[in-house]
Amino acid sequence: MHMMYFTEQPMSAYDAKAGLEYGATALNFSNSHYTPVEGSRLYNEYLEEYILAEEWGADGIMLNEHHNAPFCMQARTNMFAAILAAVTRRVKIVILGNPLPLSENPVQLAEELAMIDMISKGRLVSGFVRGGGQEQLANGVNPAFNRERFVEAHDLVQKTWTQPGPFRWEGTHYQQRVVNPWALPLQQPYPRVWIPGVLSKETVIWTAQQRYPYIALNTSIAATKTIHETYDKAATEAGYTAGPENFGYLIRVHVQDTEEKALANARQFMWMQGEFTGLAHPVWANPSGYFSPSGRRNFVEFAVGRAINPRGNPTFEQQVADTMIIAGTPSQVIERLKYLVRETRPGIMGIWANDGTVSKEDRRRCIQLLCGEVMPAIKAYGAELGLKDPWEANAPVHLRYSTDLAKVAAE
Amino acid sequence: MDVVWTDTVREVAGIKLHVTRAGHGQAVLVLHHDIGTVDRLPFYDALAARFDVLVPHHPGWGKSERPQWLRHPRDIAAMYAWLLADLGVSAVSLVGLGFGGWIAAEMASLAPEAYRSLVLVAPMGIKPPEGDIADQAIVSYVDYPRSGFHDQAAFAAIYGDVTTDQLEAWDIAREMSFRTAWKPYMYSQTLPHLLGGVRAPALVLWGDDDRIVPPGTGHAYAQALRQATLTTIPKCGHFAEMEKPDVVAGLTIDFLTHR
Repeated sequence: MHMMYFTEQPMSAYDAKAGLEYGATALNFSNSHYTPVEGSRLYNEYLEEYILAEEWGADGIMLNEHHNAPFCMQARTNMFAAILAAVTRRVKIVILGNPLPLSENPVQLAEELAMIDMISKGRLVSGFVRGGGQEQLANGVNPAFNRERFVEAHDLVQKTWTQPGPFRWEGTHYQQRVVNPWALPLQQPYPRVWIPGVLSKETVIWTAQQRYPYIALNTSIAATKTIHETYDKAATEAGYTAGPENFGYLIRVHVQDTEEKALANARQFMWMQGEFTGLAHPVWANPSGYFSPSGRRNFVEFAVGRAINPRGNPTFEQQVADTMIIAGTPSQVIERLKYLVRETRPGIMGIWANDGTVSKEDRRRCIQLLCGEVMPAIKAYGAELGLKDPWEANAPVHLRYSTDLAKVAAE
Repeated sequence: MDVVWTDTVREVAGIKLHVTRAGHGQAVLVLHHDIGTVDRLPFYDALAARFDVLVPHHPGWGKSERPQWLRHPRDIAAMYAWLLADLGVSAVSLVGLGFGGWIAAEMASLAPEAYRSLVLVAPMGIKPPEGDIADQAIVSYVDYPRSGFHDQAAFAAIYGDVTTDQLEAWDIAREMSFRTAWKPYMYSQTLPHLLGGVRAPALVLWGDDDRIVPPGTGHAYAQALRQATLTTIPKCGHFAEMEKPDVVAGLTIDFLTHR
C-alpha cells in the first residue's frame, strides 16, 4: 500500500471575520486580506514539513492546486512539485492534480512534468483533474467545455510523452503547430497518472477506461463503494479486472499524543468546510455547463436555496462518527483506519493531516506520529489484506500497456 | 385583433430550430435575449398585430436543438440568414433584444443591403465605452434576470415565483451564452468595425436603468452604424420589451412603419 501525506496548504493567516462578513472566502473574497509576509512564512513552513514527512517515512507527498481562495496556497502545483523534486530524495511526488482544462497549452504542461520527473529521478505521479468551477472562473476558462478540454488535453499530453516529435495537433480545443519538446519523462512509457475525484460518475468511468487509479477524495464509505462499482463495471467492459491498485482514498486524519488535543486540532478541518458547502456561491462552484446535465434540475433548485446541498453539511461530530474525519492517539487512529481500509480496500491512501490554524509544533508532531507509527501499521495491515499499490501490483501505466486484456476477455 | 401563433420546426445546418410565427405583412424577425424567452409576450403580440412576426428560439436555447459546434453569435447570425432564405421571406426587418441585438447586428454586418430596418434594444456585442457587461457567471439564476428590470414588479408579472422549469431553462441559456460569448464576454472586438457598411436605418433603444449593458454602449452603436437613432426609455431596465412593452412596441411599430 502506498501512503502519502497531504495538506491543502491553508493560508490561514487572514482575518476570518472579514471572510464571514463577506459571506464567502472563494473566488471574489478580496486579496487585500492576503499578507505576503505570512504567505512567505507559511510556504516555507509547509515545505519544511514535506521534508520531515519524507524523513519520518511517508511513501509520498500529495500536492494539489486551487485559485482565489485562502483554503489552498498552491496556485501552481508544478511549482511545489519542482521544488520537492530537488529537495527530497525518496518520496513519490504525487500531483493530484494538474487541472488540465485550465491549460491553454498542454504541451507546456507535458514539458514541465517531464522536467519534474527527470529532476526527481523518476518519482513523479502525474495526476490530472477537471478543476472545480471556481478554478474555471478564476482563470477565465470556459466551464461549458471543461470535460472536452480535459479529455483532449490528456490525449495531447499522452501523445507528447509517447510519440516522437515533431508532430502537429489539430484538435477541437487545442491546435499546436510543432509538438516537439526537448524534455521527456524519465519514467517509461510515462509517469503514473492517478485521477482524483469526488462526485462525477463520468470521470470514474473515463478513469477506468484508461486503467488509471481513481482516488476518492474523502467520500463517504457508501459513496466510495458506489464509485468502486462504477469503476469495476467500466473496467470489465474494457477487458480487465480492477483491483486495490486501481483505487485510492483520501481521508482527513489528525494524530496527537492525547485524544483531547487531536480532537481540538481536528476541528480545524471545519475551517475550510464552508468553501465547498456554504461559503461560496453555488453558481461559482458549478457554473453552467460544468456540471453533468443529469444533475441540472437538482442543482438549480439548490442554487436558489430551494433544496438542500447535495453534499450535505454535516457537523464535526457527525463526520467523526461517520469516519469522514479521524482524530486521536496513534492507536486510536490505527483502529479507525483499519476499519476504513477493510471497508474500502484502497491500494493508495492519502492522509490529509493538517488544516486551518493548527500550530507549527502540533502540525509537526502530527506528521511524526502519522509517518512513524500510523502509516507503518496501516501498510502492514494492507499487506495482510493483499492491498497492493500500482507498483507492487506492477500495474500497467495505461490500458494500452495491458498484457492481460485478452485473458480477461476470454474468461 | 386576435393574434394566432403557429409553432414550426425548421432544420438549418442540421439543427432543428423552433420557430413561432404570427401575423401578416412586412416580415419581422425577433431575436430574443441571452436568458431565452417565454412563449408569449405582449410585445410579440403587439408586433404580430401589424407584421408577419417570426420568433425563433436560438440554437441551443429553449426548444431548439443544440449545435455542439456553435461557438459565436456570428454562427447564429449565419443560421438565421439561412432560415430566412429557406422561408423565402425578403426585405426583413430585424428586432434584436439584448444578446439578440448582437445577433441582429452580426446579420446586418454580413449582408449590408439585405435588411429593411433594424431595431436594436440594448444590444450586446460592442465593448461598452465605460463599465462592463454584467457577467451571468457570477450571480444566481434569479438575480441576473432581476437585475435587468428597473421595477421588480415587472419581473414578477412575467416570471412570478419562478418555476423549476424556468430555472432549468435559464441554466441551459446560461450554458449557451458561455458556449458562444464567454471570452471576450458578450462582445466582439471586430463588430464595431464592420457595422459601417449597413444600409438599413437603425433604431437603438436603451433603458436608462440598464444594469446589464451600460447605456453608454448605445452611443457606440449609434456611431458605428450609418443611420441610427438612439432613444432612451425612462425608468426602464435591460429587458425593456418585457418591462415597457407598450413603449417599446410603439416605438418599434412606428419606426418599422415609417421607414
